[in-house]
Amino acid sequence: MTDTVTETHLEHDEDHGAHEHPSDWVYIKIALILALFTGIEVLTYFESALPFFENNSVTIATLMFLMVVKFYLVATWFMHLRFDNPIFGRMFVAGLVLATAVYCIFLSAFEFWA
Amino acid sequence: MATATIDSPDTHDDHDEHHATSTGISNTKLAMWTFLGSECLLFGGLISTYLLYKTRRGPGPDNTAIPTDIFDIPFTSVSSFVLLMSSLTMVLALSALTRGDNAATRAWLLSTAMLGSVFIGGQVYEFTGFIREGVGFTHNPASSAFFTLTGFHGVHVSLGILMLMSLYVASKQGKLTPKHTETVEIVGLYWHFVDVVWIFIFTVIYLIPVD
Repeated sequence: MTDTVTETHLEHDEDHGAHEHPSDWVYIKIALILALFTGIEVLTYFESALPFFENNSVTIATLMFLMVVKFYLVATWFMHLRFDNPIFGRMFVAGLVLATAVYCIFLSAFEFWA
Repeated sequence: MATATIDSPDTHDDHDEHHATSTGISNTKLAMWTFLGSECLLFGGLISTYLLYKTRRGPGPDNTAIPTDIFDIPFTSVSSFVLLMSSLTMVLALSALTRGDNAATRAWLLSTAMLGSVFIGGQVYEFTGFIREGVGFTHNPASSAFFTLTGFHGVHVSLGILMLMSLYVASKQGKLTPKHTETVEIVGLYWHFVDVVWIFIFTVIYLIPVD
């Protein structure tokens, strides 16, 4: 039993040992990328700045892509999912996938996509 | 091999405030991630409701304005940028605490709380402008859904500010040391989640054009 406890403790050590966070400069670079993407998102609002954003399909596709990338960057770098135990990410993704599925069905039931 | 490490106070102190768990991972952190997963369902419901009602104007000639008619995108863009940058200051606070730099930790925590307060101030200004334009909470289905969604988000940001200020006070009193990095990390997770939700709201509610 003592061995078991020690092994658990050692795994615990490894788990936290693996939790090396990047340097502040890396975080600043991620924030700059996020700021750049936000700038591009805002540009889509000013159609005259970039004429191809007059097309709604292009605008929506661009916005959705940037949103997903921003979401991913914050979750993986700032929320440390990239470095933490995968079970944390799985708990979060489970909620996210469940919410997406439930509300896609909900919106379909109300003929939102029509 | 199986003896010295168990319950040794020295090694225990090196582990923030973790205790050995049957899974080998922090229960508190797992609880926070589970909570954030459940929050996806809350905000998913509010966002879906807004999407359904976003063009529903009220009856009568005086009830025709809906939030999308009066969005001030440049202003909201600045607010979004402020909230996004607060995620950076939050992660820098955690980084400073890990290094044992308490003064920097306090400075970054205070910066995060202040950026959050600027965001809330912007939201209050936006809401006031809407009401001045005649778009109140009960004005029409679109405005009700909009105020409920953004209001709920605002309440989350406000709670985050309270948590950040509690950490700031604890740090001032010397109760926040490198042993407590997990506490700051958990508050950080909540704060980043609030930011992530706004990334979604800003795109889906404000920027995607309404036909």
